Amino acid sequence: MPRMILACTVNDEPVEALIQPYQTLLDVLRDTIGLTGTKEGCGTGDCGACTVHLDGQPVCSCLVLAMQARGRAVRTIEGLAEGDALHPLQDAFVRFGAAQCGFCIPGVLMSAAALLAENPSPTEEEIRYGIAGNLCRCTGYTKMVDAISEVAGAAGGKA
Amino acid sequence: MMRLSPFTYLAPRTLAEAADLLAEHGRQTPTMVVAGGTDLFPNMKRRQQEPKVVIGLRGVPELRGISTDRDGWTLIGATTTLAQAARDPHLGQQYPALAHAAHAVSTPHLRTTGTLGGNLCLDTRCNYYDQSYHWRKSVDFCMKRPESNPAAICWVAPGSPRCWAVSSSDCAPVAVALRARFRLVSAAGERIVEAGDFFRDDGIEYLARRPDEILAQILLPPTDRSWRTVYLKLRRRGSFDFPILGVAASVKRGNSTVEDARLVLGAVGSAPVDATELAQSLIGAEPTTEAVDAVAAQAYRGARPLDNTDLNYAWRKKMARVYVRRALADAARLDLHHDSGQVGAALL
Ligand SMILES: Cc1cc2nc3c(=O)[nH]c(=O)nc-3n(C[C@H](O)[C@H](O)[C@H](O)COP(=O)(O)OP(=O)(O)OC[C@H]3O[C@@H](n4cnc5c(N)ncnc54)[C@H](O)[C@@H]3O)c2cc1C
Ligand code: FES
Ligand code: FES
Repeated sequence: MPRMILACTVNDEPVEALIQPYQTLLDVLRDTIGLTGTKEGCGTGDCGACTVHLDGQPVCSCLVLAMQARGRAVRTIEGLAEGDALHPLQDAFVRFGAAQCGFCIPGVLMSAAALLAENPSPTEEEIRYGIAGNLCRCTGYTKMVDAISEVAGAAGGKA
Repeated sequence: MMRLSPFTYLAPRTLAEAADLLAEHGRQTPTMVVAGGTDLFPNMKRRQQEPKVVIGLRGVPELRGISTDRDGWTLIGATTTLAQAARDPHLGQQYPALAHAAHAVSTPHLRTTGTLGGNLCLDTRCNYYDQSYHWRKSVDFCMKRPESNPAAICWVAPGSPRCWAVSSSDCAPVAVALRARFRLVSAAGERIVEAGDFFRDDGIEYLARRPDEILAQILLPPTDRSWRTVYLKLRRRGSFDFPILGVAASVKRGNSTVEDARLVLGAVGSAPVDATELAQSLIGAEPTTEAVDAVAAQAYRGARPLDNTDLNYAWRKKMARVYVRRALADAARLDLHHDSGQVGAALL
């Protein structure tokens, strides 16, 4: 199968990679570019562990062909912090002890970040809805919701 | 981990080009189109579907967007995403049940990728089919994907000559209730089909779409405020899950009486089940709880869910009665005071 050239930005850096047309964005991020923060839970859309942003929208990278990212902006969990300063959501997740095993957390953070970018002051219900595509098998989501609420509150939200 | 098996990916820029590619490659090789891929790619990973050529439709501008024509029809491009359809102000105002159904599909992330056209062409589903290759091999392949077994049976109804996989699209029953039409385009020309004729009651040949045809547009007839359409969805969780029952009810009211009514059940058969004939008993009178109950009781008798989706099928059958009652009453603007239980999922 002839390889294709994927040119896009990943976490604001231009990236070029020679890839197979049938590779998913998840595979290329993890195996070709080496960004292993994005996790694969199911590979079939059922968990959200693989959530990244494509032009700012949250997507399941396990179901997006890498070639579909051509010319577009990809953001992964590695691109959420600014330099050494954690993103406020990451900071809040640490302080609230939102993670247990941690496997779902990159995906939850990317969903939460996309939610706050679109709706800086979500209600608790909107927060729960924003992360409704992310499964966590350890926690009861409560501390995640509290952490996201706090960040939303600090940004002038109702929480 | 499951991976996609190798295929050639083609990304046409126009609808005509897409139709030509589909005709040309489809003649020699297993070829499929993909829109959002949220149905096709999981199926390909499980080796349920294995096209060697995949034609991506997302780069075709003609297939995107929502507009209206001179006659008041609303035209929705097939690759409009579910997220776009769910928040479109025009759809929200004129066809809120369709916007609601789009919003009730899967999860927020999948709706940014999944499309309305893909939802209407969604492969039928079954507990014996939506499994990995190894799972299916170990129980022996079923007739929907027999692999090399010519004697493969339907595991749900082993004595039956047909496949009973379930139409599990949320938007399909609403499209039928709205009397939508679909524009299908191929290299040989184009045609318009009624939504009700597009879906076929067969788990394998579940669409009247020919393999060389592309669903280009969804056409919604003009409507007005005398009509109210409601979609209710039953599923285990308030997110992720496919419907195990969907009820679309439309009622047109005059000053006090019902002038027209339609009823379509989703996820109880291989195609949406049009039970409009039952709902038409409401016509000509003021809607009452008793009249709605009578329709629900008949719809309940007609609903025959099988043991091939989530949750207990006898309970799903019972819920058909409850949901038809609620959906019809809501569409008829009838207040069922006592029935205050939660309808559908908390998040809808
Ligand atoms: C975890 C999960 C949960 C889900 N939950 C739901 C749910 O609750 N309700 C629901 O209805 N669906 C659900 N889905 C299925 C799917 O995400 C949606 O139905 C979605 O709308 C499919 O659209 P798509 O563009 O991604 O389709 P694709 O995967 O691109 O295509 C689906 C099928 O339609 C064909 N096709 C697509 N577009 C066209 C076209 N324009 N012309 C001709 N053929 C076409 C493809 O060849 C393929 O066979 C779920 C999926 C997952 C993974
Ligand atoms: S790995 Fe993509 S949704 Fe689970
Ligand atoms: S912390 Fe373990 S899956 Fe969420």
